[in-house]
Amino acid sequence: MVNVQEGIPIARPKIGSSGFTGSWRITKPVIHYDACTKCRLCYFYCVENSIDLQQDLYPKIDYDFCKGCGVCADVCPTKAIEMVREVK
Amino acid sequence: MMLMRGNAACPGCPIPREIDALLEVTGQKTVLVVPASCTSVIMGDTNGMPSSVPVVHSAFAAAPAIASGIKAALNSKKEDATVVVWAGDGGTGDIGLASLSGAAERNEDIMYLCYDNEAYMNTGVQRSGLTPYGAWTTTTPEGKRERKKPIPQIVAEHGVPYVATASIAYIFDYQAKVKKAKEIQGFRYIHLLSPCPPGWRFDSSLTIRIAKLAVETGIWPLYEIEKGKFRLTSLSKTLIDKSKRKPVLEYLKLQGRFSKMTSEEVKKLQNEVDEFWEEIQKID
Repeated sequence: MVNVQEGIPIARPKIGSSGFTGSWRITKPVIHYDACTKCRLCYFYCVENSIDLQQDLYPKIDYDFCKGCGVCADVCPTKAIEMVREVK
Repeated sequence: MMLMRGNAACPGCPIPREIDALLEVTGQKTVLVVPASCTSVIMGDTNGMPSSVPVVHSAFAAAPAIASGIKAALNSKKEDATVVVWAGDGGTGDIGLASLSGAAERNEDIMYLCYDNEAYMNTGVQRSGLTPYGAWTTTTPEGKRERKKPIPQIVAEHGVPYVATASIAYIFDYQAKVKKAKEIQGFRYIHLLSPCPPGWRFDSSLTIRIAKLAVETGIWPLYEIEKGKFRLTSLSKTLIDKSKRKPVLEYLKLQGRFSKMTSEEVKKLQNEVDEFWEEIQKID
């Protein structure tokens, strides 16, 4: 029996298939937790899937992969997410 | 997280979230068939891919045929899996229309999802059959003169069991439609409006706001056609009365691709939208 997987280029599931995409970022989203109401809209609408929910249901942004598009800041109803310019 | 972070999508592109929402419903036993499109790039190379389910890359015009074959092979192995074609608007409405029509006519047991970003975005914003009236692309520098091809209606005319439109801004409505489609036997078609920040010329943070406005202005009605029975869903149910709909200008003015439209052209588009809703009122 020949092992068909040997020598055949097969892509495997991997987090960060294009590297650490956080380096693409120009502006960085910063959550002000005192204004956050745990509505989780940023978590549902993060187009990069790079927002996690913590144990206490507060969102947490994965800055290794966040591309800084700003969708989370736009959908936040209490404006608790601020986009801070990273590149000088 | 079924579609992993750190993929090659542009900032603000809704495709990763759309595929993630799809796979959340269809589960691990799914096979994605992806014809040439932006998603071919997002799915990566041998270095690794973001998808946690198998992906079959296909030629532009062959995706529904390949999906039919995969479903037949899975059936003969007594494997119960959902086969989903994830195609762009060019791969659905222009180049892939023949094989889409063929699979719909044979009523193959596959799900077809078209994410519609209204031009050939991957190759640099060329006009497609699904580009709307008045929109700028690199091949229509003065705005497109023709209207958008009505693909959901064309597929529905084949008499398939399920046809629906969806929007990423109404994510639970979209997931409910995928869930319904998953449980139906036969050809299921879902058309998804997918705003594209570089191609539509808007800031990447406005993706969800624009997807929402497309529904609120009535340009993108959310509906489903189940066994020939038409039904409006989600917010669109409340929009039959014209006074409830926002003017289309609110949707157009956020996007740079419509910046060259004159007020007469905007009025023409508004009239087309109103006529479309009058047609819907007659069906309803």
